[in-house]
Amino acid sequence: MAEEKRLMKGNEAIGEAAIRAGCDAYFGYPITPQNELTAYMARYMLDSGRVFIQAESEIAAMSMVYGAAAAGGRAMTSSSSPGVSLKQEGISYACGADIPCVVVNVARAGPGLGGISPAQGDYFQSTRGGGHGDYYHIVLAPKSVQEAADLTYEAFGLAEKWRMPVMILADGLIGQMMEGVVLPAAVDPGARPDRPWCAGGRAGLAREANHVSSCILDPAGLEASVRARFERYERIAAERTRFEAVNVEKADLILVAYGTAARVCLGAIQAAAKEGLELGLFRPISLWPFPKDELARLAKAGKRFLTVEMSMGQMVEDVRLAVNGTVGGAVAAVDFFGRCGGVIPSEEEVLAEAKRIVDAMNASTAEPRSGSARR
Amino acid sequence: MEVVYGHPKSLKPIQTKYCPGCGHGAIHRLIAEAVDELGVQDRAIIMNPVGCSIWADLYFDFDSVQVPHGRTPAGATGVKRMRPDHLVICYQGDGDLAAIGTAEIVHAANRGEKFTTIFVNNAIYGMTGGQMAPTTLVGQKATTAPHGRDPDGAGMGYPIRVSEMLATLGGTKYIARGSVDSAINVRKTKHYIKRAFEAQLRGIGFTMVEILSPCPTNWQMSPPQAADWVASDMIPFYRLGEIKNELVEGGGA
Repeated sequence: MAEEKRLMKGNEAIGEAAIRAGCDAYFGYPITPQNELTAYMARYMLDSGRVFIQAESEIAAMSMVYGAAAAGGRAMTSSSSPGVSLKQEGISYACGADIPCVVVNVARAGPGLGGISPAQGDYFQSTRGGGHGDYYHIVLAPKSVQEAADLTYEAFGLAEKWRMPVMILADGLIGQMMEGVVLPAAVDPGARPDRPWCAGGRAGLAREANHVSSCILDPAGLEASVRARFERYERIAAERTRFEAVNVEKADLILVAYGTAARVCLGAIQAAAKEGLELGLFRPISLWPFPKDELARLAKAGKRFLTVEMSMGQMVEDVRLAVNGTVGGAVAAVDFFGRCGGVIPSEEEVLAEAKRIVDAMNASTAEPRSGSARR
Repeated sequence: MEVVYGHPKSLKPIQTKYCPGCGHGAIHRLIAEAVDELGVQDRAIIMNPVGCSIWADLYFDFDSVQVPHGRTPAGATGVKRMRPDHLVICYQGDGDLAAIGTAEIVHAANRGEKFTTIFVNNAIYGMTGGQMAPTTLVGQKATTAPHGRDPDGAGMGYPIRVSEMLATLGGTKYIARGSVDSAINVRKTKHYIKRAFEAQLRGIGFTMVEILSPCPTNWQMSPPQAADWVASDMIPFYRLGEIKNELVEGGGA
């Protein structure tokens, strides 16, 4: 039976979802705007006999996650943008050693120390393998407290299935705001997949020693290992790409946005409808793997796109790659509108930009368009 | 007929890649002997660090986890917290422990993490080819200190006595410094390692054995010269013995 809806902060809902997903060990370091998550884990992990450590740094916290997961635990860390930069070392190692774990980024504005307001400037870092080397990992972007809880809950199993870190890329608004949330039931600890590869539990020397490592000094061997991982990436893209589409069939212009920016776009779509203008929303939920096939399908159907981000334009590059130069046989029109520095775009300015594009489309249907002034 | 001395079961019977006269081989053997004598081969996990001893997983016949350079104590923390009944051995060199991983070792020690650090101090970076380490002695030459370590004039600072520094922390319960330069010091070092492992298995706090270890290749010496240099130059600065022992009532340095 489903639980009653609770009013929770995004950061706390992520924490509770992780606990219910069977998180054995949490390691974190204080940073705004994700502090409630660390505090929540401190309060409930220790009380339930699980592992909680306030680490000496984000670097150390990520290596603690690496160690705990290498030893067979469900492990997680959380941080915000500058702290996630520090975690990239351990994330690269975890990807190289095929270690499942969960990393939450409640993102804020950069670069540098930047500010503590919500932003989406970490898209490139998250989706391109933010550390050194050839790798990717799953990145999931919630738009609400409910979805933050659901995706966090699911992330542990995904990490284990695909043997990689799974990142939850929220932003400061998702972390800080309170919304109603129905939490998933606690998982049965006995229902976990076996981890025959992990360190420890070699009772009676019943198997060969396990070595959890990303180190392969033989170039041909390392190439083979990276290639095998990339074949796995193809399978993930086929099985695990996720998005939400709203009114995309009726609308000629589709807004493309994730997380908080997607909620702003939904408001703009509703406001447009009141004025008799049909707009659509395409919201990637998995930022990696990116839902490029569905975007390509919409492009082939003649749709135009306005990508809206809380950055100077990062995901828009993936949208342009997906559309691949053509919309209905003509040159693609993928416009961009963004605010950065922690400024959240308003529904009004998104709507105004959408109208400008629709007017231009109506005025000249065949002429190639240049990018928006804000780019 | 009973075999009274043989190859340790926990150490694979293969030749190591270490240079002639290197201390890692002897140290590996001491660890393997202690693991065998305690009967914990099937629940031993070694954290093998970045450096020459990255090869450790080729030689020990127990599980291993390889972590980023310097994060060895953080990785060991994660492993030990998930596997509190296992013997977790955090194997670190001087660059790993006393330079890039200074924060990790200080805080793991201070939290009283219940694993054992084996700190191999050869006063030089081995794998990367002889650069100055935090433990390089004053005047000792390195590729990055070609005229010798000059603490003030060239601003290279002083060699760090890590064991003494960590001994000030509340979480540390046993810290000893041994050496593998001579048979007698090898035997003493074995005793320290076993004592630290036993303490870990009893669930007492942080334990560490620092081991002075020759690096003939990067010291540009023959193996006998290198062993002599440990005795003549390293041991006077890095005093051998139990630096902190809170394992038994009235124990101590």
